[in-house]
Formats: sequence, structure tokens, C-alpha cells
Amino acid sequence: MTKTRCLRWSLPTLLLAATANATDMPLNMTKGVTEISQQVYDLHMTIFWICCVIGAVVFGIMFWSILRHRKARGVQPAQFHESTKVEILWTAIPVIILIVMAIPATKTLIAMEDTTEADVTVLVTGSQWKWHYKYLNTDVEFYSLLATPKEQIVNKFAKGENYLLEVDRPLVIPTGKKVRFLMTSDDVIHSWWVPAFAVKKDANPGFINEAWTRVEEPGTYRGQCAELCGKDHGYMPIVVIAKAPADYQQWLDGEAERIAKAKAEEQELLAMNMSMDELMSVGERTYVAYCAACHQPNGEGLPGIFPALKGSSMALNDMAGHIDIVLNGKAGTAMQAYAKQLSLKEIAAVITYERNAWGNNTGELVQAADVHAVMQSKGE
Amino acid sequence: MSAVVTDHEHDHEHHDHKPSGIKRWFYTTNHKDIGTMYLVFALIMFFIGGAMAMVIRAELFQPGMQFVEPNFFNQMTTVHGLIMVFGAVMPAFTGLANWMIPMMIGAPDMALPRMNNWSFWILPFAFLILLISLFMPGGGPSFGWTFYAPLSTTYSGDSTALFVFSVHIMGISSIMGAINVIVTIFNLRAPGMTWMKMPLFVWTWLITAFLLIMVMPVLAGAVTMVLTDKYFGTSFFDAAGGGDPVLFQHIFWFFGHPEVYIMILPAFGIVSSIVPTFARKPLFGYASMVYATASIAILSFLVWAHHMFTTGMPVAGALFFMYCTMLIAVPTGVKVFNWVATMWRGAMTFEVPMMFALAFIVLFTIGGFSGLMLAITPADFQYHDTYFVVAHFHYVLVTGAVFSIIAAAYYWLPKWTGNMYDEKLGQWHFWCSLISVNLLFFPMHFVGLAGMPRRIPDYALQFADFNAFISIGGFLFGASQLIFVWVLVKCARGGEKATAQVWEGAEGLEWEVPSPAPYHTFDTPPVIK
Repeated sequence: MTKTRCLRWSLPTLLLAATANATDMPLNMTKGVTEISQQVYDLHMTIFWICCVIGAVVFGIMFWSILRHRKARGVQPAQFHESTKVEILWTAIPVIILIVMAIPATKTLIAMEDTTEADVTVLVTGSQWKWHYKYLNTDVEFYSLLATPKEQIVNKFAKGENYLLEVDRPLVIPTGKKVRFLMTSDDVIHSWWVPAFAVKKDANPGFINEAWTRVEEPGTYRGQCAELCGKDHGYMPIVVIAKAPADYQQWLDGEAERIAKAKAEEQELLAMNMSMDELMSVGERTYVAYCAACHQPNGEGLPGIFPALKGSSMALNDMAGHIDIVLNGKAGTAMQAYAKQLSLKEIAAVITYERNAWGNNTGELVQAADVHAVMQSKGE
Repeated sequence: MSAVVTDHEHDHEHHDHKPSGIKRWFYTTNHKDIGTMYLVFALIMFFIGGAMAMVIRAELFQPGMQFVEPNFFNQMTTVHGLIMVFGAVMPAFTGLANWMIPMMIGAPDMALPRMNNWSFWILPFAFLILLISLFMPGGGPSFGWTFYAPLSTTYSGDSTALFVFSVHIMGISSIMGAINVIVTIFNLRAPGMTWMKMPLFVWTWLITAFLLIMVMPVLAGAVTMVLTDKYFGTSFFDAAGGGDPVLFQHIFWFFGHPEVYIMILPAFGIVSSIVPTFARKPLFGYASMVYATASIAILSFLVWAHHMFTTGMPVAGALFFMYCTMLIAVPTGVKVFNWVATMWRGAMTFEVPMMFALAFIVLFTIGGFSGLMLAITPADFQYHDTYFVVAHFHYVLVTGAVFSIIAAAYYWLPKWTGNMYDEKLGQWHFWCSLISVNLLFFPMHFVGLAGMPRRIPDYALQFADFNAFISIGGFLFGASQLIFVWVLVKCARGGEKATAQVWEGAEGLEWEVPSPAPYHTFDTPPVIK
């Protein structure tokens, strides 16, 4: 856009901020890729132009008055201060404009809220700070996490093109089908927003909200959590890939197969023992992805909010309690249940890591079978 | 306003016994002293809250994390909001009410002077508690000034208890202040000062005071429920115990929406005083201004859920709140039209108060336009919780409420100090503020439309240039306010002596008393014909 470009050139200081990959920012709301998003855009433009016209008239009269009716020109002030006719007029005209505006807005709103007759339903669950997608009536479900490396965020590496708007596993939906989203949350309120679909709906813990979209064009669409949900609210993006129905089906089958395979591997794992090195390396990776946001990469937590693991009595002494809290979380705190988020191998590895990193050198190994045993004893 | 027969000047000297030094300020029950303390307190809070805004803008100057951690960033946005709303804008209006309402209605003081002292002096402690909570382990409140549950309950740090306590104290202070305003206006009007002769500043404050006593207890209820949910095992907002997190938002915004009118109705009163003075022409449509203010106040109780369109509500509910919200544009429009009609065929001059009042009219209206856009529910789904909303409420709160407070300060400074302020410096302050505030907030509309959510410490690269630009505007606006302090200090210390009327076109009782206004005014009520 030429406008942003002039802006950049006119202010040399801004060059400081311009990064190699900076893309131009659109200056208006997106038209999006759905019929609804197009309608929303049209409503936005209509009300915008109405405001512009009213503004031009009112400010025009005001500035005319400022130019002409100034004491410096030697004018004598008039003394009128009432006119019922004018008052009625400028009360009635806005009412009429608003009624005209309310009609299309009402129509679009009713269409947006009609979630019936969906072809595909996805359960979207927010949690601090990631999204979980579950395709109803299939076995396909997965977490979708921020894929931008920490090094880019702390300015050690150059930032990539989709900085903060990239995830490890995007949501995939079929084109041309009505896709219904059921939104809920595991902890605080989140809000699932993809501007290209004009879908923004809060994910409330304990309740289910509905929204829907129908995307005609295949493509990749990006959004973000829109409701302040704690420390890493800025780091839970949404990526949706719309694929032609056949490609979508192929992807869905592939995912189902992948998940079934992972489950089978879990069972095999129960009989195997992993080495300390393997556990520590898998554990560190898992820790950085899932635990470090709260407990911090150095294991020291954030005093007053997130407890330290380094030197904690649980990580040093109470192995059963440690496995239990990772599996089941702790009610009434931000500690989530990881039983369904991570594989047995990852849970075993991350607990081993936590019991041996940062000088916690217990030397203890936790194997998948140990984790499985705790799960069984809890009747899972 | 009306023809006035002032009593002959009393010998004010012998009334003026007051303790000297700091005791004067601790013990005072004088409405002018208390008004001054409120205003100075508000100014200090404006700079503390402003400093937090500078931290926010410094962090957002570039993508990536530069200066602060996300958790501290959230504390800054939260406490910035709380301080600006409860510590700067509301006390500033209360200070103006204290100073001006008795002088405008011919009363000797506020009706409940000891309560007046109390309502001010608990305020510094409320904010001390809020500010020291930032130094607790884990830091201060970080859940946004709207403190949505369960982020503020199950998932918050222990500073929440301090936050709740400080909000309670702020609420008590506001309620006492509001009761005082109502009692004063009902009982202490000078003979002949009928309802429809009251200056609009008095009218708008009367209506504001009613809003305050109606909604501050609701806020107190909300914070108390947060407290008991967090510490005493209740489940008002926890679905697991039969509660509902969205209930919190209903309660909060039932307070919160009238609250935004609490912060703008007195501004309407100020502008309605200033524009006729400098246009040298009576206010157009006085009666319709009163009715419009009352309609806005009533409608403000019927629109709270427009802050919550994305929480999931029945279509009928969304439609109801959309229509009611759109309707508010009508009385608000009437106000703007009346101001313009007041200027029309006047004989205007453009001293600093008038400049800020004119800027208010234009920029507040821009905030009103974006408010109207936000009312359109389907479009709101795209605007909600983005920088478009941030732009909207800063236009109505900064270029609206804050500009009106600055305009009022310039307008009445000569009456308060007896000295004219430095017009040239004041004009510098105005133009620097006007330009920088628009550099700061106008681009936020575009950033929001392009899809940048609010309350994030870091952002995608496409937003980088605009955010750098906005931050520069922010720093300039912050620096511009130092000129204001300079003007205030200079004016307090001396300057050209002001006449009683101060402004050529000024009318009303406050302009009948000498400048500076004596410590006690209207010991004998004036008679208004």
C-alpha cells in the first residue's frame, strides 16, 4: 500500500522498526473469504460512510462558523437560543438513519447466529495458552501451539514472515461446507477469532458457544486469541487451512491413522525402558513447549503466581505426587491436566527432566510404565 | 444564565481562620480546599497512569520483547486503566464539582463538609494500596481493568485481595462524593435558582451523581464476589460450582457502562459552559440539553451487554442491546448539534479553554462515530477486543473527558488563583496536545481494523510500522502534558491579575465573586431573579 510506504519514508525513525520481513498492513477491515464476512465488511463500510457524511456536515458547519463568526471580524453575536422546529428535525433525522442502518445489521446478525445443518462440527477448546481441536464423530483431536521459536520473540533470531501467527498443527476444514465450531475452555475465557471468516466467539469455561463458517476458497487463514487470558495471551494464534473436500478427507484419514499409530506405540512403550539421555532430551523439548511458559525455562517459576520446580520438595521427594499433578493438574490453580495433552513417553520424560534438571539431581528415571501405573490406580 | 443581584461584599477576612501548613489540608472542610486537593491528586495520578502508558508504548514500539515481561506488561495495562479511570478522570471531575457547584448555585459550601473531607482523604490510601500491590511477589493485578473472572479469581495472584480492597475504598469515596453533590444541589440552591436556571455543569453533575450512587454499589458487589470466589470457596463465577463466568461480565458492565457516562456527562457540562462564553451567545437549546443528558443516563442502563456481543447471547438479546446502543447516538447528537448552533452567528474568540472545548467537540464526536460503528453487532465481532476499540475509548476518554478537564482548568484557573494563565504557553500546550494525541490514537483505528488484538505485549510484523508511529505519538503527548504543569505552576505563582468576570462573555454566579474567589463565598445567598 502506497500510504504505508510514504509513512515509512516520511519518518526515518520508523526505519528502526522496519524489519526485513515487514509486510504491508491493510488499512481497512478485511473483506474476508466468506459470504458473511463480506456482509460484515459491507455493514462496516455503510456505517463508516454514514459517519463520514454526518461528520462532514456537522464539522463543515462548525468550521464555517469558526471562520466567519469570530469577534476578530467585528461581528455582533446573535442572541437566539431556541428553535423547537430545528430541535425536532435533528432528533428525527438521526432516528431515521439509524433505522435504515439497523435493518441490514439485523439480517446479517440472524444469519450469523444460524448454526443449524452443519456438515462438519469441530469442538474448539481454549486453555492457557493453546487451542485444542476435536472433530466430532471421529477420533481426530490435537493441540495447536504457537510455532514461533522463543529466540525470535526475544530478538535473538530474525523474525519469520508469520511471526506469532504460526502454529505446529493448524486446524483443517473443507471448502464449500458449513463448518460449525463449538467453543469452550478448560480454564479462563479465551476468544477464537479468524478475521477472514468474521468469526469471533468467546470460549467460556463450563459453557459451550456456537459459531459457523463456510469458506469457498482453499487457503491459509490466520487469527489470534482475542480475550485477555493471562500472561501469554499474545502467544496463542489460530491457523486454519481450508482444503477441497477430497484433500480434507485425505488429511482427516491421515490424522486418524497417525493418532491410532501413536496409541499403539504407547502400549509397546510400556514394556520398554528408556535411557536417561533419551528421557532428558525428550523431556527438555516437552518442558520448553508445555511447562516453561509458567514454570520458566530455569525452573524457578514466577514467585507469587507460578511455583518453582527447582528445589521443590515435590520434584525432589514425592514422585507419585509429581506424576499425579502432571497427569491430572491441580484444581483451583493454573496447573492443567496433561494426561490427554501429552503422550505417556512425553509425560515420563518431562517428569524425569524436572527431577534432574537445574540441580534437582535426584538421578531418578520415570518410565512410561510408571506413568501408566499411576493412571491405572486412578481408574483411568 | 440569569440576572443576579449579588449581596454587598462581606468582610471576608474574619471568616478566613484556618489552620496553617499541612494541617489546613488534613482538617479542611472547605469546598475550595477539597476541590484543589482533588484536582492536584488527579493530576499526580494522571502522570503516574501516564508513566505506565509510556512503558506500554515503549514495549510496543517494536515487535519482540524489549523491556518488560508479558506478566508485567499486563500489570501495566491493568493499573494504567484503573488509575486513569478511578484516579485521574473521576477525582478531577469531583474536584471541579467541589470548586464550582457551590459557587454556581450560590451556596456557601458543600452540604456535607466533613464527609467531603473524608471522601477525599481515603482516596490516596486506595491508590497507595493499589500501587504497592505492584511490588508483591508475582506483581500487581494483571487481569485488565475489567478483571474478568475466572482470570481474576482462580487464576490471579494474591495481589487480588489488595486490588479488591482498594476498589472498595475508591467506591466508598465516589459514593460519598456523589451523595454530597446531590444533597448540595437539592438543598443549597440560592433563592430563585430554579431547576431550569441551573448551569448545565450543575445539571450534568447532578445526573452523574445519581448514576454514581446507582452503579458504584454494583461494582462493590462484583469485587466482593471476586474476593469470595477466590478466597472463601464461593462459585459465583465458576461453572464447576454452579456459577457462570459470563455473569461476572453482566454485573461488571451493568456498572461499567453507566461508568463511561459518569466520565463524560460532566464533560458535556463543562463544554456547555465554555462554548457560550467564548461565542458570546447563550447556549442553544438549554432545555433539550438537560433532557438529552437525562436520556443518555437512562439509556446507559440498557446497553451494558454491547460490551459482550462475543460472549454468546440469544439473538433477541443481541438485537435489543444493538438497538438501544444505536439509540444513544440520538441524544448525544442533539448535544453536538446544540454546541454548533451555539457557535453559529456568535462572536467567537479562541482562548485556550475554547480551543480545548472545540477540540473536544470534534474529537469526542469521532469517538462517538466509532462507538456507533461498534454498536452494529455483526461488525462488532470484527472490532471487538482490537485496537479499534482502544482507539474508540481513548477518543472519548482522552480527547473527550481529559480534554474537557483541561479546558475547565484553563477556564476557571483565573477564578481559582486570581491570575491569568500564560496564554502563549497554553496555546503551545493545546497545539502540541492536539497534534500528538491524534498521532497517538488515530492510527490505532487502522491497526485494529487490520486485526491487531488489544492487550498483547508483542505483535505480528505487519503492525510494526504503525505501532512505532503510535508510540512516538504517545511519547510526544506525554511530554506535551509537562507544558500544562508549567502553565499551572506559573499561574499559581503569579501573573496578570484577573477581573471578577475574567472572560468577556462569561455569565453565572461564579463570575460575580472576585478573583481569586475568597475562601468563603455566598455566606449570604444571592437572590436570583
